[in-house]
Amino acid sequence: MMAALRPRRSAMPGFGITMGVTLTMLSLVVLLPIGALVIKGTAFGPEAVWEVVNRPRTWAALWLSFRLSALAALFNLVFGVLLAWVLVRYRFVGRRLFDAAVDLPFALPTAVAGIALTTLYAPNGVFGSVLAHLGWRVAYTQWGIFVALVFVGLPFVVRTVQPVLATMDRELEEASATLGASRTRTICKVILPMLMPAALTGVALALARAVGEYGSVIFIAGNIPMRTEIAPLLIVIQLEEFNYDAAAAIGLAMLAISFVLLLAINLLQVWSRRRIENA
Amino acid sequence: MPDTVPHAFARHAVSPVTERAWVRHTLIALAATGLAVLVFAPLCVVFQEALAGDWRTALANPDARSAIRLTLTVTAISVPLNAIFGITAAWAITKFEFRGKALLITLIDLPFSVSPVVAGLCLVLLFGANTGIGGWMVAHGHPIIFALPGIVLATLFITFPFVARELIPLMTEQGRTEEEAALSLGASGLRTFATVTLPNIRWALLYGVLLSNARAMGEFGAVAVVSGKIRGQTATMPITIEMLYNEYLSVAAFTLAAVLALLALVTLALKTALELRHADQLAAIGHP
Amino acid sequence: MTIEISIRIGASRGLPGHMAGRTSAHYAIAPVVTAPRRSLAKRTVAAVITGALVLGAAGALNAQTLLNVSYDPTREFYREYNTQFANWWQAQGNAAPKLETSHGGSGAQARAVMDGLNAQVVTLALASDIDKIAQMGKLPADWQSRLPHNASPYTSTIVFLVRKGNPKHIQDWDDLTGDGIEVITPNPKTSGGARWNYLAAWAWAEKNGKDPKAFVHDLYAHVPVLDSGARGATTTFAQRGIGDVLLAWENEAYLALEQMGDDAFDIVVPSVSIRAEPPVAMVTANIKDDDQRALAQAYLEHLYAPEAQALAFKHFYRAWDTSAAAPEDVARFPKLDLVGIEDFGGWSKAQPDHFGDGGIFDQIYVPQ
Repeated sequence: MMAALRPRRSAMPGFGITMGVTLTMLSLVVLLPIGALVIKGTAFGPEAVWEVVNRPRTWAALWLSFRLSALAALFNLVFGVLLAWVLVRYRFVGRRLFDAAVDLPFALPTAVAGIALTTLYAPNGVFGSVLAHLGWRVAYTQWGIFVALVFVGLPFVVRTVQPVLATMDRELEEASATLGASRTRTICKVILPMLMPAALTGVALALARAVGEYGSVIFIAGNIPMRTEIAPLLIVIQLEEFNYDAAAAIGLAMLAISFVLLLAINLLQVWSRRRIENA
Repeated sequence: MPDTVPHAFARHAVSPVTERAWVRHTLIALAATGLAVLVFAPLCVVFQEALAGDWRTALANPDARSAIRLTLTVTAISVPLNAIFGITAAWAITKFEFRGKALLITLIDLPFSVSPVVAGLCLVLLFGANTGIGGWMVAHGHPIIFALPGIVLATLFITFPFVARELIPLMTEQGRTEEEAALSLGASGLRTFATVTLPNIRWALLYGVLLSNARAMGEFGAVAVVSGKIRGQTATMPITIEMLYNEYLSVAAFTLAAVLALLALVTLALKTALELRHADQLAAIGHP
Repeated sequence: MTIEISIRIGASRGLPGHMAGRTSAHYAIAPVVTAPRRSLAKRTVAAVITGALVLGAAGALNAQTLLNVSYDPTREFYREYNTQFANWWQAQGNAAPKLETSHGGSGAQARAVMDGLNAQVVTLALASDIDKIAQMGKLPADWQSRLPHNASPYTSTIVFLVRKGNPKHIQDWDDLTGDGIEVITPNPKTSGGARWNYLAAWAWAEKNGKDPKAFVHDLYAHVPVLDSGARGATTTFAQRGIGDVLLAWENEAYLALEQMGDDAFDIVVPSVSIRAEPPVAMVTANIKDDDQRALAQAYLEHLYAPEAQALAFKHFYRAWDTSAAAPEDVARFPKLDLVGIEDFGGWSKAQPDHFGDGGIFDQIYVPQ
């Protein structure tokens, strides 16, 4: 492992120790437990795993979970970059309060978030009753799941873009403006590309988090099989039947899909950075 | 930072490095509306439910107190560990080129893509009483699952990527020129890190710590599986909130939830205080 | 200085040994010269050790602990019962026991015990959950015959909770499948209690000459929200205003009336329902010595004592022994035709047939 990881250039010190600590902690905290899951799935047998996963209801739940998670992550990409921009670049009354509010979706236990969101969006809730007049049902439909997933993923993009934006060199913008570029052009061609790696990180994290989210979604989803049943609920259902193997099987399927998605985003990021550096 | 923007305004009616007033106001309004609908409204619900009844009694409950204590203990153990991990991982990843970098980053991200329920399941599969390791630990009087170590492990797992993922994009963007300069002037590695890297990354580090702190305190799904839910012993705040809610004690449940939200706000207040104190240095970073 | 020391020690007499030692040493010694400090430090150490020994010895004599792993809605009952039992146990000449409880979903709680949660006593919603623990060898397979009434000291049944005045005129099970009726019930796959709801509906259909499978199929087509637990379903119905009728445990329904005001809802008792038996058992594998065994055994047997039964009545459970119960607690429950789980061939048959992977409940949602 270490040999494969050996750096091509070594002007910097500390590769051995930092990589050592990284790999040790990664193994102990993450890889070992996930390894236990993989071993459980392997012992169950690939055919059996496939049999559990390849059911219309499992596919429906996986498709629902990943589709809505992707939508929520995209929403958070746009809103998160906007929010980070406003928080870093502008001064206005209540800015610090806004800044503080960004982390709240993490601090509230997911179940509390789910209950609070359902209270708001149920047909007799503050938002729900208004939306009901417009003929739009949110709670107990896929929209409800979307709202919950946007909520749990909100901090990611903001908090990854914010530090990059805060330390970004303003001289580049000034140079761009001096060279006659319009503000819009400067933002699109200079600033946004520089924020891209951080924003993509945020999206990846928000997406991954949304896919696995259980606690908040369960209250607002309705949980009707084939329509509003999310994939993590299927795992809980299997566990309720003491069916650890099938639970591990669905968990593995989710893990595999998320892993591929994350890897793709991270490769995209490494690639986009190389492009910036070469340009 | 705060003094640089007005400075820019003062020079031009429309500065080349900011937007027109109406654009700024529209963006601020959009951000405010979004936050109000998405975050403040649910928070209002929590406080409204908590204040609807006798929240003082709820707070005086010994179970609630021990839950607060346990949650703070777990956070105090797991957040520093994650900070150390995050710094070392970010250093290794951003200061060196090696094959498999994207894979390593993805592995660090992995805990996010694991449903918290599955994360708990993983720990049970590894350390449960019916497994080799778990059985041995229980036999020697050091149970992991249904005790503090299990709760800490679950929290570490869930919050694992936060600090690293905050630092990696920033340190990538900053490159390694400054460190290389310091090293060529004869500074040791550790000194370079402390005097060059750390000042550059401390805000990102702080954001990472804040995020993992908030998440560590609020985590429910994974901890629920490994906690055992023994009142006054292994029930964290989120677990206690769920139990209270299931027992029709919604005032008590939402009071504890409000305390959790306030705890998160305390850490954010700390961050704000730091920002104010170091505003000049922060501005210096913005304009080197 | 001497006065200072004596005050400190006197003031901290109420503290445990190590605290008292630390307080006196920490505050009082600082200005004193080296020689006395040593002797004081020695005395402190001695005090700490003695304190620890005394506490340790007392612990070995006194604090016999017991962990009761239970399901969600039993908190109020067991909180009162723990006090009642502890008093009774001490009156028998025993030391005060340390009684701990853990509450959660019945299935998840059973899983925790299987994975090593050190429970001496389990009091769950379904016999099938305890059977699973027994299959691991943690308690004898015939656990249910070791205590009276199938090891169920209290029972409950399934009733309907409707909106005040019963605007949709719901009287019995067949009214639930009427046009436009919305039924709220939790998911039987994730909620132990919801399995009783489903089985009660099945029993009614069987008794009334209908095809039970078609009836439950029809019934669940009227369910707009399948919450994961009983409490979630009650909230959906009561606070979100969704649905016309909530299928609920009788004790939950009365608790909901008590908590949310009886001016908002009515309880409707159907013609046929099911006797829900939440059983209790000792987890013999987790008993560490004879003293603990005696305590666990007494804890379970005392559940059948008249005063404990009265407590169960008070908490809206149908208990067995009415001799010490308040008459109004007993009179609350109407008589109705109750079937038992034995009519379904016991949980070992009903569980896989109806709620297992691919069982009858799963088939309801398979697209036809």
